[in-house]
Amino acid sequence: MKTESRLEKILQAGHFAVTAECGPSKGADVAALKQKGEYLLGCIDAVNVTDNQTAIVRMSSVAAAGILKGMGHEPVLQMVTRDRNRIALQSDLFGAYALGLRNVLCLTGDHQCFGNQKEAVGVFDLDSIQLLRTVRDMRDNGTIIGGEAIQVPPKMFIGAAANPFADPVGWRVVRLAKKVEAGADFIQTQCIFNIDRFSQYMAQAVDMGLTEKVSILAGITPLKSVGMARYMAAKVAGMDVPEELIQRMAGVPKEQQAEEGIKIAVETIHKVREIKGVAGIHLMAIEWEHKVPEILKAAGLTSRPEV
Amino acid sequence: MIVAELKEISEIRSMIDRYGSVLVVGCDSCVAECAAGGQRETMLLAAAIRLSYAKEGKQPVITEACLDRQCVDDFIEGIASQVPEHEAILSLGCGAGVQALARVYADKPILPALNTLFIGETEMRGVWQENCLGCGQCKLGHFGAVCPVTRCSKRLMNGPCGGSKEGRCEVNREIRCGWDMIIQRLEALGELDRLSEYVPPVDWSTSHSGGPRRIVREDQKP
Repeated sequence: MKTESRLEKILQAGHFAVTAECGPSKGADVAALKQKGEYLLGCIDAVNVTDNQTAIVRMSSVAAAGILKGMGHEPVLQMVTRDRNRIALQSDLFGAYALGLRNVLCLTGDHQCFGNQKEAVGVFDLDSIQLLRTVRDMRDNGTIIGGEAIQVPPKMFIGAAANPFADPVGWRVVRLAKKVEAGADFIQTQCIFNIDRFSQYMAQAVDMGLTEKVSILAGITPLKSVGMARYMAAKVAGMDVPEELIQRMAGVPKEQQAEEGIKIAVETIHKVREIKGVAGIHLMAIEWEHKVPEILKAAGLTSRPEV
Repeated sequence: MIVAELKEISEIRSMIDRYGSVLVVGCDSCVAECAAGGQRETMLLAAAIRLSYAKEGKQPVITEACLDRQCVDDFIEGIASQVPEHEAILSLGCGAGVQALARVYADKPILPALNTLFIGETEMRGVWQENCLGCGQCKLGHFGAVCPVTRCSKRLMNGPCGGSKEGRCEVNREIRCGWDMIIQRLEALGELDRLSEYVPPVDWSTSHSGGPRRIVREDQKP
C-alpha cells in the first residue's frame, strides 16, 4: 500500500469500486452539504468533493471534504489548477492531509469563462499533469516543487481525470499514459454516454498495459430530462451524447424522463462492468445526489466491501 | 508586432474634454500594420474628434502628427516643437508608446487612444492573431513552433485538455485548439516524439510574474 486510503485498499483487493460526486454548497450552508452527505453515506466507497466545478464559486473543496470526512465518508478531494498557484496548491495539500484526507483528484478545471466569475484571472500556474507529479513527489520523495524536503509529507492516493471523447481522438490514450507516468493511481473518466467509443478507448488502454498500472473508474451521469441531454450534447465541453440517446429520452413523456435517465444510467453501469479493465464506476449525479442509492440498488451494487 | 484597437470616441472624449488643445500623435510602426494607429488612422481619428466637438458647437484645437516609432527617443523628438502649443497629447501608440511619450514629455498629460492587446501576427488582411506572451523562456522548439503558453487558453504544457473538440477550444469555437495545432504540426514533421516527455512546471519568474522586465546591455550603450 502506498497510502492509508480506503479507496486504495478496495481497488487493491480487486473489488469493483463505487465513487460518487458531491458538489459543495453555493455558500457556507453546512446543513445542505451534510444532507447530501447523508444520502451517500454507506452506499459508496468514496465521495468526490468537487472544486468550484464549472468555475462556479462554492464552498472550498478542502473544507467540504473535511466536513464529509467527519460524517464518516472517505473523501476524494478534487483540486483544480485554475484558481491557485503552486504555493496555494501545495499548501492546501498539506492542510488536506492534516485534516485526514487521503485521496486527491488532480485536475486543470473548466475554464473560468463557463462560471459566474467570468472576469477572473485564470491562474494555470501548473497543469493537471504537473499537479499529479507534484503530489507524487510529495508522497514518494518527501519533497515539494523545486526539491526542498518537507516534514510529514502528505501521502495521498492520487487520481486523475480522463476524457475518452475529446479530440484529437488518437491522442487520448497517449495522454492517459502521460497521466499514469506522472503519478496517477486511479482514473475517473468523463461521463460515458457513447459506450462504443469508451470500449475502443479501454481496449487501447488494455493493449498499452495501462490498466495494470492504474485503476479506471467509468464515469456515469444519469440524465434528468431530454433538455439536460441536449444541453450536455451541445454545451458541455468534451461530452459525447449520441443522438439515439437523446431520441430515447425525447420518446418518453416528460414526467417519466427522469426514470428513463436512471434506467439508461443503470444499463450503462451493467455495460461498462463487462468492459475489460474497468475497475469501478464514478457516479456524477449532478444536484441529484439523493438518487444515488436508488441507481446503485438497481445496478446491484448495494453492499460495499469492508476493508 | 504589437496589436491594438482604437477606443470608442466617447471614452477618448471623456479623457480629453478638459483640454482646449490636443495633439493627436500616431505611430507608423506596429499599430500602423494592424490599422489602429498609423498615419491614416491618426488622420481619421482627428477628423472624428473634430466632428464630434463641432456637433456640440465646440472647436478645440485638434492637431495631428505621426511618428515613425513612439517607443524610441530619437523618433519621439520629432514632435518636440508642436508639444508646447498643446495642453495634452492623445497617443495612438501602443502602451509602450504612450509611456515613452510621458517619460520624454514629463509635464504633459499623455492619453491613450488605443487599447493595446497582444503580440501577434497578421494572419491575413484584416485578421490579427495573438501568438506570443513574452514569457521570457521560448520553448517553441519543443512544440513545433506553436506556443502552448499563448495558443492554449489554459496555458497547458502537457495538453490538450478534455475540452478540445474538432480542433477547437472549449472557451470558444472561434478559437483553434493550440494543442491540436501542436500535435498536427509535429505529426506532419514526424517529430511527435517531442511530446512523449513530461514538461515540468514553467519558471514564470522570467515572465511578468518576476516584475516589470528590463534589459541592460553594456555593449549597446553609448
